[in-house]
Amino acid sequence: MFLKKIELLNFKNYEEASLTFDPHVNCFTGSNGGGKTNLLEAIHYMAMTKGYFSTTDAQNLRHDASMFHIQAEFVTERGLDTVSCTLRSGQKKQFLVNKTEYDRLGEHIGRFPVVVICPNDHIIITGGSDVRRRFIDGIISQVDKSYLFTLMSYNQALLQRNALLKKVAVSGFMDAGTIDLWNERLVELAGPVYEKRTAFINEFQPLFNASFNFICGGTESTDLQYQSSLSDEDFKAALEKNLKKDIELRYTTLGIHKDDLQIFINGYPVKRYASQGQQKSVTIALKLAQFEYLSKIGYSKPMVLLDDVFDKLDDNRVSRLMELVSQDRFGQLFVTDTSETKLSSVFQKVQVKHKIFHVSDGKVLQTEQQLHEL
Amino acid sequence: MNQHLPSRLLEAAVNEFSRLPGVGRKTALRLVLHLLRQPNSDVERFGNALINLRQKINYCDECKNITDSAVCDICADKKRDRSVIMIVEDIRDVIAIEGTHQYRGLYHVLGGILSPIDGIGPSQLNVDSLINRANGEDVEELVMALSTTMEGETTSYYLYKKLQPTGKKVTAIARGISIGGELEYTDEVTLGRSILNRTLYSENKTV
Repeated sequence: MFLKKIELLNFKNYEEASLTFDPHVNCFTGSNGGGKTNLLEAIHYMAMTKGYFSTTDAQNLRHDASMFHIQAEFVTERGLDTVSCTLRSGQKKQFLVNKTEYDRLGEHIGRFPVVVICPNDHIIITGGSDVRRRFIDGIISQVDKSYLFTLMSYNQALLQRNALLKKVAVSGFMDAGTIDLWNERLVELAGPVYEKRTAFINEFQPLFNASFNFICGGTESTDLQYQSSLSDEDFKAALEKNLKKDIELRYTTLGIHKDDLQIFINGYPVKRYASQGQQKSVTIALKLAQFEYLSKIGYSKPMVLLDDVFDKLDDNRVSRLMELVSQDRFGQLFVTDTSETKLSSVFQKVQVKHKIFHVSDGKVLQTEQQLHEL
Repeated sequence: MNQHLPSRLLEAAVNEFSRLPGVGRKTALRLVLHLLRQPNSDVERFGNALINLRQKINYCDECKNITDSAVCDICADKKRDRSVIMIVEDIRDVIAIEGTHQYRGLYHVLGGILSPIDGIGPSQLNVDSLINRANGEDVEELVMALSTTMEGETTSYYLYKKLQPTGKKVTAIARGISIGGELEYTDEVTLGRSILNRTLYSENKTV
């Protein structure tokens, strides 16, 4: 599967554009604010029915425009699939595949899978534990629907218990039986989540280590550690022990909603001790490992969108990364960078054919097929 | 729509209507204006119906269902099977289950499900009367028919623990694939649960 062609109308800073892609590697270069990332955003729309970098559809309208339209042609084993997305301001967006609308947009997801790696991914490392939990949960729930259901039930039970704690704190009256009831509920729901997260990390760890080793040339060692209050002690006993504290704080202080994923380089936590370049390598390795994990359990090769990944990485790491993602088990590749010479030299170095698009002020110049035959 | 209406009477009526679930101020105003256009007698009947409802409604002494008399029609029906009590959340569930024509036992209406967020604890539900009834000599089986939401399941679990000392048989209605439904379109959680709770084929009732 690959994206053959995309056409934009009033999308972000593009009034009108039409691009025909190389089945393997495509590069967008140009100065800041030219519209490189906007092209990735449009591709993401076609794959996931929504943007990656924007939170609402309306943000993607060109200034003063009242509608945008994206249309794409995917070449698949079955033939040609035409995907289009139209947003008229104030209306629901219309998403069509081969001129047919979906009952639910969710049905489209997974048909043209995509992996995005961008500077903002950095928050997996620098952000709070909730970002890392969301990263883990996002992957597991793609594979295991009952996981997501249990997790949602747990969160709901947690809200109920917290409401009860608050009531007890305010009224000063405690019905021990009711607290026990919600404790038991949390324990029952937390168990499977904890087990599945543990199993996931065990499987994910070697994939992550391998990706990281490849990027940094095997000079550094990494380790993932799943941290959960459930691993130290019996959750039910811990809830009972912490009840007084929980009532004072009106909040459940222990549980899988406090889990974290610690990442180490050479034995030191990445969050505090790693350089920016190392952190970036870790982020990319996490994302690549995510892709490897999903493809192992039968997802088709996704398109890979790399936004501004060369920044902060040394040349060796850049070439290794490009070598890795150019391999056959990865799908079509889209890369952005401000420097054309850098992009070109990277791909020359790892001997990969590529096509370059110059982007500036919402216009795309497609230099004649720069297919460097080697 | 936040500005005040030119009439205080209108304002008061709109305020009351907009307190109803699912009704905003716009809808409330539309309803009020509609009532204003109706004959006086119609609106009086409407108002009286509400006042009578609130003042004269009764909850069945036995099952706590809404009724006009001391004991509801189902509990008063001599032909109903008095050995089985089905536990439901409210009258809507009674109506739904009566609609199946598959159940000839009695009911017990809890009046809600446990949800501390909504301020509902065990004391807000008709639990004590349920235990009393369960201890009755005639009663052999209690059937739980609460929603399969997290709160519904928690309530069922709570009741199960409360009912255990009575020594009576406690069952729950089956959950799983809908009749006439295609397997591939069944959501995975339901499908997974129905595999875990599979039943002996010879004991499958098809009527």
